[in-house]
Amino acid sequence: MMTNLPKRGGSAIVGVAESDLGVVAPGTTPLDLMGQAIQSALADCGLTLGDVDGLFAAASQLRMPTLSLCEYLGIQPRYMDSSYIGGASFQSLAAHAALALEAGLCSVAVIAYGSTQRSARGSFVPQRDINEYDAPFRPRLPVTGYALAAARHMHLYGTTRSDLADIAVAARKWARLNPQAFDRRPLSVDDVLNAPMVSSPLGVKDCCLVTDGGAAVVMVRADRARSFRKKPVYLLGYGEAQEHHSISQMADLTDTGAARSGAQAYAMAGLMAQDIDVVQVYDAFTITTLLFLEDLGFCPKGEGGRFVQGGAIAPGGKLPVNTSGGGLSYCHPGMFGLFTMVEAARQLRGECGDRQVVNAQTAIAHGNGGVLAGQATLILGTSSTL
Amino acid sequence: MNKIERSPLQVWQDHLRAEELAYQFSPDANKAVFYPRLVCPHGGKAPLEWRISAGRGTVYSISRVYPIKGESYPVALIDLDEGFRMMSTVEGATGEPEEIGRRVRVTFRAVAGEADKLPPPLPVFVWEDA
Repeated sequence: MMTNLPKRGGSAIVGVAESDLGVVAPGTTPLDLMGQAIQSALADCGLTLGDVDGLFAAASQLRMPTLSLCEYLGIQPRYMDSSYIGGASFQSLAAHAALALEAGLCSVAVIAYGSTQRSARGSFVPQRDINEYDAPFRPRLPVTGYALAAARHMHLYGTTRSDLADIAVAARKWARLNPQAFDRRPLSVDDVLNAPMVSSPLGVKDCCLVTDGGAAVVMVRADRARSFRKKPVYLLGYGEAQEHHSISQMADLTDTGAARSGAQAYAMAGLMAQDIDVVQVYDAFTITTLLFLEDLGFCPKGEGGRFVQGGAIAPGGKLPVNTSGGGLSYCHPGMFGLFTMVEAARQLRGECGDRQVVNAQTAIAHGNGGVLAGQATLILGTSSTL
Repeated sequence: MNKIERSPLQVWQDHLRAEELAYQFSPDANKAVFYPRLVCPHGGKAPLEWRISAGRGTVYSISRVYPIKGESYPVALIDLDEGFRMMSTVEGATGEPEEIGRRVRVTFRAVAGEADKLPPPLPVFVWEDA
Protein backbone atom coordinates (compact mmCIF):
# COMPACT_ATOMS: atom_id res chain seq x y z
CA MET A 1 0.00 0.00 0.00
CA MET A 2 0.98 3.63 -0.45
CA THR A 3 2.29 5.55 2.52
CA ASN A 4 0.76 8.93 3.36
CA LEU A 5 2.64 10.44 0.42
CA PRO A 6 1.79 11.93 -2.00
CA LYS A 7 -0.57 14.03 0.08
CA ARG A 8 -4.24 14.29 -0.87
CA GLY A 9 -4.53 17.63 -2.63
CA GLY A 10 -0.84 18.34 -2.11
CA SER A 11 -0.19 19.10 -5.76
CA ALA A 12 -2.19 20.23 -8.75
CA ILE A 13 -2.26 20.20 -12.53
CA VAL A 14 -2.12 23.83 -13.72
CA GLY A 15 -1.36 23.41 -17.42
CA VAL A 16 -2.39 20.87 -20.06
CA ALA A 17 -2.04 20.63 -23.83
CA GLU A 18 -1.93 18.32 -26.78
CA SER A 19 0.53 18.63 -29.64
CA ASP A 20 -0.59 18.25 -33.24
CA LEU A 21 -2.69 15.08 -33.41
CA GLY A 22 -3.71 12.63 -36.08
CA VAL A 23 -1.30 12.77 -39.00
CA VAL A 24 1.59 15.18 -38.46
CA ALA A 25 3.80 16.89 -41.04
CA PRO A 26 6.38 14.65 -42.75
CA GLY A 27 9.61 14.41 -40.81
CA THR A 28 8.06 15.44 -37.49
CA THR A 29 9.71 13.55 -34.61
CA PRO A 30 8.33 12.42 -31.23
CA LEU A 31 10.55 15.12 -29.69
CA ASP A 32 8.96 17.80 -31.90
CA LEU A 33 5.55 16.75 -30.60
CA MET A 34 6.71 16.66 -26.98
CA GLY A 35 8.29 20.08 -27.40
CA GLN A 36 5.19 21.53 -29.05
CA ALA A 37 2.93 20.11 -26.32
CA ILE A 38 5.20 21.38 -23.53
CA GLN A 39 5.28 24.86 -25.01
CA SER A 40 1.47 24.92 -25.21
CA ALA A 41 0.98 23.49 -21.72
CA LEU A 42 3.34 26.12 -20.28
CA ALA A 43 1.47 28.86 -22.17
CA ASP A 44 -1.77 27.40 -20.76
CA CYS A 45 -0.61 28.34 -17.25
CA GLY A 46 1.66 31.29 -18.03
CA LEU A 47 5.00 29.67 -17.29
CA THR A 48 8.08 29.39 -19.53
CA LEU A 49 10.66 26.72 -20.19
CA GLY A 50 13.03 28.52 -17.84
CA ASP A 51 10.64 27.74 -14.96
CA VAL A 52 10.73 23.97 -15.54
CA ASP A 53 12.98 22.25 -13.01
CA GLY A 54 11.31 18.81 -13.02
CA LEU A 55 10.92 16.71 -16.17
CA PHE A 56 8.98 13.45 -16.41
CA ALA A 57 8.64 11.53 -19.67
CA ALA A 58 7.98 8.12 -21.15
CA ALA A 59 7.97 7.19 -24.82
CA SER A 60 8.01 4.04 -26.91
CA GLN A 61 10.17 5.54 -29.69
CA LEU A 62 12.83 7.02 -27.39
CA ARG A 63 15.07 4.87 -25.22
CA MET A 64 16.10 7.74 -22.92
CA PRO A 65 13.30 10.27 -23.26
CA THR A 66 14.35 12.71 -20.53
CA LEU A 67 17.88 12.90 -21.93
CA SER A 68 16.67 13.55 -25.48
CA LEU A 69 14.03 15.99 -24.31
CA CYS A 70 16.42 18.04 -22.13
CA GLU A 71 18.80 18.27 -25.06
CA TYR A 72 16.00 19.29 -27.43
CA LEU A 73 14.60 21.93 -25.06
CA GLY A 74 18.00 23.17 -23.89
CA ILE A 75 17.11 22.79 -20.22
CA GLN A 76 18.85 21.10 -17.28
CA PRO A 77 16.09 20.35 -14.75
CA ARG A 78 17.03 19.54 -11.15
CA TYR A 79 14.90 16.39 -11.17
CA MET A 80 14.05 13.86 -13.88
CA ASP A 81 12.18 10.54 -14.07
CA SER A 82 11.49 8.26 -17.04
CA SER A 83 9.98 5.22 -15.31
CA TYR A 84 8.27 3.04 -17.87
CA ILE A 85 5.20 0.84 -17.40
CA GLY A 86 3.70 1.37 -20.85
CA GLY A 87 0.52 3.40 -21.14
CA ALA A 88 0.15 3.61 -17.35
CA SER A 89 3.49 5.42 -17.07
CA PHE A 90 1.91 8.86 -17.03
CA GLN A 91 -0.34 8.34 -14.02
CA SER A 92 2.66 6.84 -12.28
CA LEU A 93 4.87 9.77 -13.30
CA ALA A 94 2.23 12.21 -11.99
CA ALA A 95 2.49 10.56 -8.58
CA HIS A 96 6.29 10.67 -8.78
CA ALA A 97 6.03 14.35 -9.72
CA ALA A 98 3.71 14.99 -6.76
CA LEU A 99 6.24 13.34 -4.43
CA ALA A 100 9.13 15.32 -5.93
CA LEU A 101 7.16 18.58 -5.64
CA GLU A 102 6.21 17.87 -2.03
CA ALA A 103 9.80 16.92 -1.16
CA GLY A 104 11.11 20.13 -2.70
CA LEU A 105 13.11 18.30 -5.38
CA CYS A 106 11.49 20.53 -8.00
CA SER A 107 8.90 23.31 -8.12
CA VAL A 108 7.51 23.08 -11.67
CA ALA A 109 7.07 19.53 -12.97
CA VAL A 110 6.29 18.78 -16.61
CA ILE A 111 5.06 15.36 -17.77
CA ALA A 112 5.41 14.82 -21.52
CA TYR A 113 4.68 12.28 -24.22
CA GLY A 114 5.00 12.22 -28.00
CA SER A 115 4.73 9.64 -30.76
CA THR A 116 4.67 9.46 -34.54
CA GLN A 117 3.33 5.93 -34.55
CA ARG A 118 1.02 6.52 -37.51
CA SER A 119 3.49 8.36 -39.74
CA ALA A 120 6.27 5.94 -38.81
CA ARG A 121 4.22 2.85 -39.66
CA GLY A 122 6.38 0.48 -41.61
CA SER A 123 9.66 1.98 -40.40
CA PHE A 124 9.03 1.83 -36.66
CA VAL A 125 7.84 -1.27 -34.85
CA PRO A 126 7.15 -0.81 -31.14
CA GLN A 127 9.61 -2.85 -29.13
CA ARG A 128 8.08 -5.84 -27.37
CA ASP A 129 9.63 -8.02 -24.74
CA ILE A 130 9.44 -11.53 -26.13
CA ASN A 131 8.08 -14.29 -23.93
CA GLU A 132 9.89 -17.29 -25.46
CA TYR A 133 7.18 -19.68 -24.30
CA ASP A 134 4.31 -17.72 -25.87
CA ALA A 135 5.94 -16.44 -29.06
CA PRO A 136 5.87 -19.71 -31.09
CA PHE A 137 2.06 -19.62 -31.02
CA ARG A 138 2.03 -16.20 -32.72
CA PRO A 139 -0.35 -14.15 -30.60
CA ARG A 140 -0.93 -10.85 -32.40
CA LEU A 141 0.06 -8.57 -29.54
CA PRO A 142 -1.32 -6.57 -27.95
CA VAL A 143 -4.75 -7.32 -29.46
CA THR A 144 -4.75 -11.09 -28.86
CA GLY A 145 -4.12 -10.51 -25.15
CA TYR A 146 -7.24 -8.37 -24.92
CA ALA A 147 -9.18 -10.77 -27.16
CA LEU A 148 -8.45 -13.62 -24.74
CA ALA A 149 -9.78 -11.47 -21.89
CA ALA A 150 -12.90 -10.59 -23.90
CA ALA A 151 -13.57 -14.24 -24.77
CA ARG A 152 -13.20 -15.22 -21.12
CA HIS A 153 -15.58 -12.43 -20.04
CA MET A 154 -18.14 -13.62 -22.61
CA HIS A 155 -17.79 -17.20 -21.35
CA LEU A 156 -18.23 -16.28 -17.68
CA TYR A 157 -20.79 -13.49 -17.85
CA GLY A 158 -22.60 -13.73 -21.17
CA THR A 159 -21.13 -10.49 -22.46
CA THR A 160 -21.71 -10.12 -26.21
CA ARG A 161 -19.91 -8.53 -29.14
CA SER A 162 -22.87 -6.17 -29.33
CA ASP A 163 -22.16 -4.99 -25.77
CA LEU A 164 -18.58 -4.25 -26.78
CA ALA A 165 -19.85 -2.47 -29.89
CA ASP A 166 -21.91 -0.18 -27.63
CA ILE A 167 -18.61 0.97 -26.11
CA ALA A 168 -17.11 1.82 -29.51
CA VAL A 169 -20.29 3.64 -30.53
CA ALA A 170 -20.35 5.66 -27.28
CA ALA A 171 -16.73 6.69 -27.79
CA ARG A 172 -17.55 7.80 -31.31
CA LYS A 173 -20.53 9.86 -30.15
CA TRP A 174 -18.26 11.71 -27.72
CA ALA A 175 -15.66 12.17 -30.46
CA ARG A 176 -18.30 13.80 -32.64
CA LEU A 177 -18.52 16.51 -29.97
CA ASN A 178 -14.72 16.98 -29.87
CA PRO A 179 -13.25 19.06 -32.72
CA GLN A 180 -9.81 17.58 -31.95
CA ALA A 181 -10.94 13.98 -32.44
CA PHE A 182 -9.37 12.01 -35.30
CA ASP A 183 -12.38 9.93 -36.36
CA ARG A 184 -15.72 11.76 -36.15
CA ARG A 185 -17.60 9.76 -38.78
CA PRO A 186 -20.92 8.21 -37.73
CA LEU A 187 -20.54 4.68 -36.34
CA SER A 188 -23.29 2.14 -35.63
CA VAL A 189 -23.33 -1.10 -33.66
CA ASP A 190 -23.68 -2.95 -36.98
CA ASP A 191 -20.60 -1.16 -38.36
CA VAL A 192 -18.62 -2.47 -35.41
CA LEU A 193 -20.04 -6.00 -35.63
CA ASN A 194 -19.43 -6.23 -39.39
CA ALA A 195 -15.88 -4.85 -39.34
CA PRO A 196 -13.08 -7.29 -40.21
CA MET A 197 -11.86 -9.51 -37.36
CA VAL A 198 -8.39 -8.92 -35.94
CA SER A 199 -8.31 -11.42 -33.09
CA SER A 200 -11.73 -12.84 -32.25
CA PRO A 201 -13.92 -11.71 -30.62
CA LEU A 202 -12.36 -8.30 -31.36
CA GLY A 203 -12.78 -6.73 -34.78
CA VAL A 204 -10.98 -3.71 -36.14
CA LYS A 205 -13.58 -1.30 -34.72
CA ASP A 206 -13.01 -2.78 -31.25
CA CYS A 207 -9.39 -1.60 -31.54
CA CYS A 208 -7.97 1.83 -30.80
CA LEU A 209 -6.84 4.20 -33.54
CA VAL A 210 -3.25 4.44 -34.69
CA THR A 211 -2.42 8.16 -34.80
CA ASP A 212 0.45 10.54 -34.21
CA GLY A 213 0.37 12.91 -31.27
CA GLY A 214 1.74 14.14 -27.98
CA ALA A 215 0.64 15.83 -24.79
CA ALA A 216 2.05 17.61 -21.77
CA VAL A 217 0.87 18.33 -18.25
CA VAL A 218 2.32 20.92 -15.83
CA MET A 219 2.13 20.28 -12.08
CA VAL A 220 3.03 22.46 -9.08
CA ARG A 221 2.60 22.25 -5.30
CA ALA A 222 -0.90 23.10 -4.13
CA ASP A 223 0.27 26.15 -2.15
CA ARG A 224 1.03 28.03 -5.36
CA ALA A 225 -1.53 26.39 -7.66
CA ARG A 226 -4.02 29.26 -7.48
CA SER A 227 -1.57 31.78 -8.92
CA PHE A 228 -1.86 30.56 -12.53
CA ARG A 229 -4.26 31.36 -15.36
CA LYS A 230 -6.57 28.37 -15.12
CA LYS A 231 -8.46 26.70 -12.28
CA PRO A 232 -6.14 24.18 -10.58
CA VAL A 233 -6.98 20.49 -10.76
CA TYR A 234 -5.83 18.76 -7.57
CA LEU A 235 -4.40 15.28 -7.27
CA LEU A 236 -6.67 13.66 -4.69
CA GLY A 237 -5.82 9.99 -5.08
CA TYR A 238 -3.31 7.67 -6.62
CA GLY A 239 -2.87 3.93 -6.84
CA GLU A 240 -0.71 1.52 -8.81
CA ALA A 241 -0.71 -2.24 -9.38
CA GLN A 242 1.62 -4.35 -11.51
CA GLU A 243 0.70 -8.03 -11.45
CA HIS A 244 2.08 -9.61 -14.65
CA HIS A 245 3.63 -8.75 -17.99
CA SER A 246 2.70 -11.54 -20.42
CA ILE A 247 -1.00 -12.24 -20.84
CA SER A 248 -0.28 -15.94 -20.14
CA GLN A 249 0.85 -14.93 -16.63
CA MET A 250 -2.28 -12.95 -15.72
CA ALA A 251 -3.99 -14.84 -12.90
CA ASP A 252 -7.59 -14.03 -13.90
CA LEU A 253 -8.21 -12.42 -17.29
CA THR A 254 -11.39 -10.73 -16.09
CA ASP A 255 -9.90 -9.27 -12.89
CA THR A 256 -7.37 -6.55 -13.69
CA GLY A 257 -4.96 -4.72 -11.40
CA ALA A 258 -7.24 -1.70 -11.79
CA ALA A 259 -9.26 -3.19 -8.91
CA ARG A 260 -6.18 -2.80 -6.68
CA SER A 261 -4.89 0.50 -8.10
CA GLY A 262 -8.41 1.93 -7.96
CA ALA A 263 -8.94 0.83 -4.35
CA GLN A 264 -5.71 2.58 -3.32
CA ALA A 265 -6.68 5.75 -5.19
CA TYR A 266 -10.19 5.84 -3.71
CA ALA A 267 -8.80 5.26 -0.19
CA MET A 268 -6.33 8.13 -0.56
CA ALA A 269 -9.00 10.43 -2.03
CA GLY A 270 -11.63 9.43 0.53
CA LEU A 271 -14.03 8.93 -2.37
CA MET A 272 -15.91 6.03 -3.95
CA ALA A 273 -16.93 5.29 -7.51
CA GLN A 274 -20.34 6.90 -7.02
CA ASP A 275 -18.59 10.16 -6.07
CA ILE A 276 -16.84 10.42 -9.47
CA ASP A 277 -18.41 12.82 -11.99
CA VAL A 278 -16.27 12.08 -15.08
CA VAL A 279 -14.51 8.84 -16.03
CA GLN A 280 -11.47 8.65 -18.31
CA VAL A 281 -10.08 5.14 -18.77
CA TYR A 282 -7.44 3.94 -21.19
CA ASP A 283 -9.50 2.28 -23.94
CA ALA A 284 -6.98 0.42 -26.05
CA PHE A 285 -9.83 -1.92 -26.99
CA THR A 286 -13.56 -1.98 -26.23
CA ILE A 287 -13.06 -4.75 -23.66
CA THR A 288 -10.57 -2.54 -21.81
CA THR A 289 -13.25 0.06 -21.04
CA LEU A 290 -15.62 -2.65 -19.87
CA LEU A 291 -13.08 -4.28 -17.53
CA PHE A 292 -12.05 -0.96 -16.01
CA LEU A 293 -15.65 0.15 -15.42
CA GLU A 294 -16.09 -3.04 -13.41
CA ASP A 295 -12.74 -3.00 -11.64
CA LEU A 296 -12.97 0.70 -10.73
CA GLY A 297 -16.34 0.03 -9.12
CA PHE A 298 -18.78 1.66 -11.53
CA CYS A 299 -20.70 -1.62 -11.86
CA PRO A 300 -20.40 -5.09 -10.29
CA LYS A 301 -17.97 -7.64 -11.78
CA GLY A 302 -19.61 -9.33 -14.75
CA GLU A 303 -22.20 -6.59 -15.26
CA GLY A 304 -20.08 -4.41 -17.57
CA GLY A 305 -21.81 -5.63 -20.74
CA ARG A 306 -25.26 -4.83 -19.43
CA PHE A 307 -23.99 -1.58 -17.87
CA VAL A 308 -22.87 -0.08 -21.19
CA GLN A 309 -25.95 -1.09 -23.19
CA GLY A 310 -28.21 1.49 -24.80
CA GLY A 311 -25.89 4.48 -24.74
CA ALA A 312 -25.34 4.44 -20.96
CA ILE A 313 -21.77 5.77 -21.31
CA ALA A 314 -22.47 7.91 -24.40
CA PRO A 315 -23.37 11.64 -24.30
CA GLY A 316 -26.62 12.00 -22.35
CA GLY A 317 -26.15 8.59 -20.67
CA LYS A 318 -25.94 7.76 -16.99
CA LEU A 319 -22.12 7.93 -16.70
CA PRO A 320 -19.83 10.10 -18.87
CA VAL A 321 -16.93 7.85 -19.93
CA ASN A 322 -14.06 8.90 -22.23
CA THR A 323 -15.58 12.22 -23.13
CA SER A 324 -12.76 13.04 -25.56
CA GLY A 325 -13.72 10.07 -27.71
CA GLY A 326 -10.91 8.05 -26.13
CA GLY A 327 -8.27 5.96 -27.81
CA LEU A 328 -11.04 4.43 -29.92
CA SER A 329 -12.02 7.68 -31.69
CA TYR A 330 -10.06 10.75 -30.46
CA CYS A 331 -6.41 9.75 -30.76
CA HIS A 332 -4.12 6.88 -29.91
CA PRO A 333 -0.48 7.69 -30.62
CA GLY A 334 1.10 4.51 -29.25
CA MET A 335 0.10 5.17 -25.64
CA PHE A 336 -3.02 6.97 -24.39
CA GLY A 337 -2.35 7.35 -20.65
CA LEU A 338 -1.47 11.06 -20.62
CA PHE A 339 -4.49 11.99 -22.74
CA THR A 340 -6.85 10.65 -20.05
CA MET A 341 -5.29 13.19 -17.66
CA VAL A 342 -5.56 16.07 -20.17
CA GLU A 343 -9.27 15.43 -20.75
CA ALA A 344 -9.99 14.92 -17.03
CA ALA A 345 -8.34 18.26 -16.23
CA ARG A 346 -10.25 20.05 -18.98
CA GLN A 347 -13.57 18.63 -17.79
CA LEU A 348 -12.84 19.79 -14.23
CA ARG A 349 -11.94 23.25 -15.52
CA GLY A 350 -15.20 23.35 -17.47
CA GLU A 351 -13.63 24.08 -20.84
CA CYS A 352 -14.95 21.16 -22.91
CA GLY A 353 -17.60 22.99 -24.93
CA ASP A 354 -20.23 20.70 -26.46
CA ARG A 355 -18.99 17.67 -24.56
CA GLN A 356 -18.71 19.41 -21.17
CA VAL A 357 -20.11 17.39 -18.27
CA VAL A 358 -22.25 19.76 -16.18
CA ASN A 359 -20.75 20.67 -12.79
CA ALA A 360 -17.90 18.14 -12.95
CA GLN A 361 -15.99 18.32 -9.65
CA THR A 362 -14.26 14.93 -9.55
CA ALA A 363 -12.66 12.80 -12.25
CA ILE A 364 -10.82 9.52 -12.52
CA ALA A 365 -8.02 9.10 -15.07
CA HIS A 366 -6.92 5.48 -15.34
CA GLY A 367 -3.84 4.31 -17.24
CA ASN A 368 -3.18 0.83 -18.59
CA GLY A 369 0.18 -0.54 -19.73
CA GLY A 370 1.03 -3.61 -21.78
CA VAL A 371 -1.60 -6.37 -21.97
CA LEU A 372 -3.74 -5.36 -18.96
CA ALA A 373 -0.42 -5.37 -17.07
CA GLY A 374 0.64 -2.04 -15.54
CA GLN A 375 -2.33 -0.30 -13.91
CA ALA A 376 -2.26 3.20 -12.41
CA THR A 377 -5.19 5.31 -11.27
CA LEU A 378 -5.43 9.04 -10.56
CA ILE A 379 -8.38 10.75 -8.91
CA LEU A 380 -8.53 14.47 -9.59
CA GLY A 381 -10.77 17.19 -8.23
CA THR A 382 -11.54 20.90 -8.27
CA SER A 383 -10.85 23.20 -5.30
CA SER A 384 -14.34 22.37 -3.98
CA THR A 385 -13.16 18.80 -3.26
CA LEU A 386 -10.27 19.80 -0.97
CA MET B 1 25.79 -18.96 -6.41
CA ASN B 2 26.07 -21.82 -8.90
CA LYS B 3 26.82 -20.99 -12.51
CA ILE B 4 23.90 -21.63 -14.87
CA GLU B 5 24.91 -24.75 -16.80
CA ARG B 6 21.71 -25.12 -18.82
CA SER B 7 19.18 -22.32 -18.92
CA PRO B 8 15.55 -22.96 -17.98
CA LEU B 9 14.62 -22.56 -21.67
CA GLN B 10 17.24 -25.12 -22.73
CA VAL B 11 16.02 -27.66 -20.18
CA TRP B 12 12.42 -27.12 -21.28
CA GLN B 13 13.40 -27.57 -24.92
CA ASP B 14 15.39 -30.73 -24.07
CA HIS B 15 12.16 -32.17 -22.67
CA LEU B 16 10.23 -31.09 -25.78
CA ARG B 17 12.73 -33.00 -27.94
CA ALA B 18 11.82 -36.07 -25.86
CA GLU B 19 8.12 -35.20 -26.44
CA GLU B 20 7.66 -34.29 -22.81
CA LEU B 21 5.76 -31.23 -21.59
CA ALA B 22 7.83 -30.09 -18.63
CA TYR B 23 6.95 -27.62 -15.93
CA GLN B 24 8.39 -26.68 -12.58
CA PHE B 25 7.14 -27.28 -9.07
CA SER B 26 7.81 -25.26 -5.94
CA PRO B 27 8.12 -27.68 -2.99
CA ASP B 28 7.88 -24.82 -0.49
CA ALA B 29 4.72 -23.31 -1.98
CA ASN B 30 3.32 -26.67 -3.13
CA LYS B 31 2.47 -25.02 -6.45
CA ALA B 32 3.24 -25.54 -10.12
CA VAL B 33 5.34 -22.87 -11.84
CA PHE B 34 5.28 -21.98 -15.53
CA TYR B 35 7.11 -20.51 -17.45
CA PRO B 36 10.34 -22.14 -16.22
CA ARG B 37 12.68 -19.89 -14.24
CA LEU B 38 15.46 -19.87 -11.65
CA VAL B 39 13.60 -18.14 -8.82
CA CYS B 40 10.39 -19.30 -7.15
CA PRO B 41 7.72 -16.65 -7.79
CA HIS B 42 5.80 -17.82 -4.71
CA GLY B 43 8.56 -16.88 -2.28
CA GLY B 44 9.88 -20.45 -1.81
CA LYS B 45 13.52 -20.93 -0.83
CA ALA B 46 14.06 -24.49 -2.07
CA PRO B 47 15.07 -24.85 -5.74
CA LEU B 48 12.23 -25.39 -8.19
CA GLU B 49 11.86 -29.02 -9.28
CA TRP B 50 11.28 -30.11 -12.87
CA ARG B 51 8.23 -32.30 -13.46
CA ILE B 52 6.55 -33.79 -16.51
CA SER B 53 2.91 -32.94 -17.18
CA ALA B 54 0.39 -35.62 -18.17
CA GLY B 55 -0.56 -33.13 -20.89
CA ARG B 56 -4.26 -32.97 -20.06
CA GLY B 57 -6.06 -29.72 -19.45
CA THR B 58 -8.87 -27.30 -20.13
CA VAL B 59 -9.19 -24.32 -22.47
CA TYR B 60 -9.01 -21.21 -20.21
CA SER B 61 -9.49 -18.79 -23.10
CA ILE B 62 -9.16 -18.78 -26.87
CA SER B 63 -9.04 -16.38 -29.80
CA ARG B 64 -8.78 -16.74 -33.57
CA VAL B 65 -6.00 -14.55 -34.88
CA TYR B 66 -6.31 -12.94 -38.31
CA PRO B 67 -2.81 -11.98 -39.43
CA ILE B 68 -2.20 -9.21 -41.96
CA LYS B 69 -1.03 -11.89 -44.40
CA GLY B 70 -1.90 -15.59 -44.40
CA GLU B 71 -4.49 -17.88 -42.87
CA SER B 72 -6.17 -17.30 -39.52
CA TYR B 73 -5.33 -19.61 -36.62
CA PRO B 74 -6.42 -20.20 -33.00
CA VAL B 75 -4.35 -19.10 -30.01
CA ALA B 76 -5.35 -20.49 -26.63
CA LEU B 77 -4.47 -20.37 -22.97
CA ILE B 78 -4.56 -23.89 -21.54
CA ASP B 79 -4.94 -24.71 -17.83
CA LEU B 80 -3.05 -27.98 -17.31
CA ASP B 81 -4.37 -30.37 -14.67
CA GLU B 82 -1.14 -30.01 -12.65
CA GLY B 83 -2.03 -26.37 -11.96
CA PHE B 84 -0.15 -24.30 -14.50
CA ARG B 85 -1.25 -22.28 -17.51
CA MET B 86 0.47 -21.95 -20.88
CA MET B 87 -0.15 -20.37 -24.24
CA SER B 88 -0.57 -22.79 -27.14
CA THR B 89 -2.99 -23.63 -29.92
CA VAL B 90 -5.81 -26.14 -30.24
CA GLU B 91 -5.83 -27.92 -33.58
CA GLY B 92 -9.24 -27.79 -35.23
CA ALA B 93 -10.58 -25.11 -32.90
CA THR B 94 -12.74 -22.30 -34.26
CA GLY B 95 -11.44 -19.92 -31.59
CA GLU B 96 -14.93 -18.96 -30.41
CA PRO B 97 -15.66 -18.39 -26.69
CA GLU B 98 -17.97 -21.45 -26.71
CA GLU B 99 -14.80 -23.59 -26.75
CA ILE B 100 -13.69 -22.29 -23.36
CA GLY B 101 -13.84 -25.05 -20.76
CA ARG B 102 -13.40 -27.91 -23.24
CA ARG B 103 -10.90 -30.64 -22.40
CA VAL B 104 -7.69 -30.97 -24.42
CA ARG B 105 -4.57 -33.12 -24.53
CA VAL B 106 -1.07 -32.27 -25.69
CA THR B 107 0.63 -33.53 -28.81
CA PHE B 108 3.92 -32.53 -30.40
CA ARG B 109 4.38 -31.07 -33.86
CA ALA B 110 7.69 -30.81 -35.67
CA VAL B 111 8.78 -27.29 -36.62
CA ALA B 112 10.51 -26.55 -39.93
CA GLY B 113 14.16 -25.50 -39.69
CA GLU B 114 17.68 -26.26 -40.80
CA ALA B 115 18.85 -29.73 -39.80
CA ASP B 116 21.81 -28.59 -37.68
CA LYS B 117 19.75 -26.12 -35.62
CA LEU B 118 16.33 -27.69 -35.71
CA PRO B 119 13.94 -26.07 -33.22
CA PRO B 120 12.28 -28.43 -30.74
CA PRO B 121 8.78 -29.69 -31.55
CA LEU B 122 5.93 -27.45 -30.43
CA PRO B 123 3.54 -28.61 -27.71
CA VAL B 124 0.11 -28.08 -29.26
CA PHE B 125 -3.27 -29.36 -28.12
CA VAL B 126 -6.07 -31.40 -29.63
CA TRP B 127 -9.57 -32.03 -28.26
CA GLU B 128 -9.37 -34.76 -25.64
CA ASP B 129 -12.10 -36.76 -27.36
CA ALA B 130 -10.52 -36.36 -30.81
